[in-house]
Amino acid sequence: MTLDRRNFCKAAALSACAGGLVPLLAASAQEDDARFTVEAKFYEKLPYKKTKCKLCPRECVVDDRERGYCGARENRGGTYYTLVHSRIATAHIDPIEKKPFFHYYPGSMAFSVATAGCNVNCKMCQNWEISQVRPEQVRASYLPPKQLAEMARQYGCPSIAYTYSEPVIFYEYVVDAADAGHAAGIKSAVVTGGYIQQEPLQKLCRHVDAIKVDLKAFSEKYYREIVNGQMKPVLDALVAMRKQGMWSEIVYLVIPTLNDSDQEFQALARWVKAELGLDVPLHFSRFHPDYLLKNLPPTPINTLERAKAIADSEGLHYVYIGNVPGHPAENTYCPKCRRAIVERVGLTVTNNRIRKGKCPDCQQEIAGVWSA
Amino acid sequence: MDHQAGTSRRSLLKACLVAPWQAGALEAKSKVVIARDPLLQTSANSLDSARLLRTLDRALQSFYACDSPIEAWKRVVRPGEVVGLKVNCLSGRGNSTRVQLVEAVCERLQQAGIPQNNIVIWDRLNRDLESAGFRISSRGIRCLGNDTSGYENELSIYGNAGSLLSKTVTRVCDAVINLPVLKDHGIVGVTMALKNMFGAIHNPNKYHVNVGDPYVADVNMLPAIREKVRLHICDATTAQYEGGPSYMPQWTWPYNGLIVASDPVALDYTGWQIIEHKRSEKGMKTLKDLKREPVYIATAADPEHRLGTNDPRRIERVEV
Repeated sequence: MTLDRRNFCKAAALSACAGGLVPLLAASAQEDDARFTVEAKFYEKLPYKKTKCKLCPRECVVDDRERGYCGARENRGGTYYTLVHSRIATAHIDPIEKKPFFHYYPGSMAFSVATAGCNVNCKMCQNWEISQVRPEQVRASYLPPKQLAEMARQYGCPSIAYTYSEPVIFYEYVVDAADAGHAAGIKSAVVTGGYIQQEPLQKLCRHVDAIKVDLKAFSEKYYREIVNGQMKPVLDALVAMRKQGMWSEIVYLVIPTLNDSDQEFQALARWVKAELGLDVPLHFSRFHPDYLLKNLPPTPINTLERAKAIADSEGLHYVYIGNVPGHPAENTYCPKCRRAIVERVGLTVTNNRIRKGKCPDCQQEIAGVWSA
Repeated sequence: MDHQAGTSRRSLLKACLVAPWQAGALEAKSKVVIARDPLLQTSANSLDSARLLRTLDRALQSFYACDSPIEAWKRVVRPGEVVGLKVNCLSGRGNSTRVQLVEAVCERLQQAGIPQNNIVIWDRLNRDLESAGFRISSRGIRCLGNDTSGYENELSIYGNAGSLLSKTVTRVCDAVINLPVLKDHGIVGVTMALKNMFGAIHNPNKYHVNVGDPYVADVNMLPAIREKVRLHICDATTAQYEGGPSYMPQWTWPYNGLIVASDPVALDYTGWQIIEHKRSEKGMKTLKDLKREPVYIATAADPEHRLGTNDPRRIERVEV
């Protein structure tokens, strides 16, 4: 799809509308905690009214009246609840490229929502004002699944994106909203750190249509020190998604001195090739200082180019550079004839030549989900 | 000239003596006063308020070596200051900071020149305060949760802690008196003076990993906390040696005491030993054996933090 004047104006208008979505909804939604509170799907009851969360690998053991690490789940009298079902902390209409999904309905808009809370605490988080707070600490709106799906449809978005914070911690809402979306002809795309247990992940894959995973680094040390989590469950999740046929893409945020060595890039690329295959898009994104990592500079562009070169040399088909508007590595190139088949500038698709999922020049199949 | 605490050369020197780690006087000891009264509780979970006040007075007078309780309190606060009382209310009426203790502190603060309007009882949530028996109020002696006062918008950062601080700490109070409870904690080992400051931040759920280390120490290094918390009075009327922080009556015992210190590390170390002693009496494993030794106490004492001392040779334990 070429971004003509008409489409540009449409996208701009939608984004402007989206900025006002939450305030419009918020008027009657703040005071009633009960409507956001739904029993969690994955947990165990323990003696003395304790609960053990089984949603993410952290497996928080939570006392009565206490919350898990995510801050969005609470033990009330020995029953574990999510406090964020339909509790929208932010909503926007974004290009799907912002997630980024480059091989999933390129050029389309995604009705993007998030609740408060996250199951990790990345020192570089750019959305920490919603991800690292408790639900009651941010303004929120009540947006039940059917209403969310209807709004996405009204605004002409073929997808709902669960993004910005961490959809794993609002799992129950994602599942219900995805089902409501499908009933209304709307797809669901999840943007996650992938820090989730296998059982809930496998069930999630039956409800949603695409998952983008932020693989924060390729070392346990980094996950331990910078993310406050573990890498292995994330890798396991990526493999499980692939086995279930879930369309998935990977983003790797490159941070100077922390996860930018040649060895790490190479190990990552080899792992992707061996475990996921050559067709999984891999995005090397540029870091900007934020939250607890303001002491490091933005990623030099040549570092990103080095990462891409290493991944390319391992044979991966779709390696991108992100957060560098205008860089030629934003484009999709046919892995066979090497011609540009989707051209992008920033978050905008300027030319999409893919036809029926194939390169128009050499008829090579291009991995992805292409027609809305 | 107003000769209140810290305003004269003499007072300054005295203050240095009661807060030796702050002055770098390594040879001086941190004083921890334990005041007990076996008749403090008239029945299960019911306190004799008059005896509690006398116990509090004995503790403060001993700690500050004063002849009168009012004189002791004047060493803590100055007239005109707004004083916050950080209670711990997570355990409801079962084992939270006792209302009677807070009432006793409020009485003495007023006698020391702090008007009602300048006293603020606070914790994380209104809900928690109410469940412990406090009444939310914005008049007279104020009582409010952080969910009412709100949090700062800018992060306060030290080490591994990056948090938004309660506005009660940053904007309302000139001084904070910390009123924790002596109890076991199922994740970080024990919870007393240092851990109670998790109630001043917006994201305590993030800091229970790795047995709370170094997070508990780091949170106490956040400038507003470090600068404003003046005294710790640990409610050890009923203590809990297992199953915390929730109230588990089968693992509580009537310790019938108050533990007072200005050094939170020395207080926590002392309280931890009391809990370990009780666990030993009951034939229970040590917290170390259970992989929840409160190592954050040692971290708080390390050269990077210097929040106090966990060296028993440098703790002057006084029982009155």
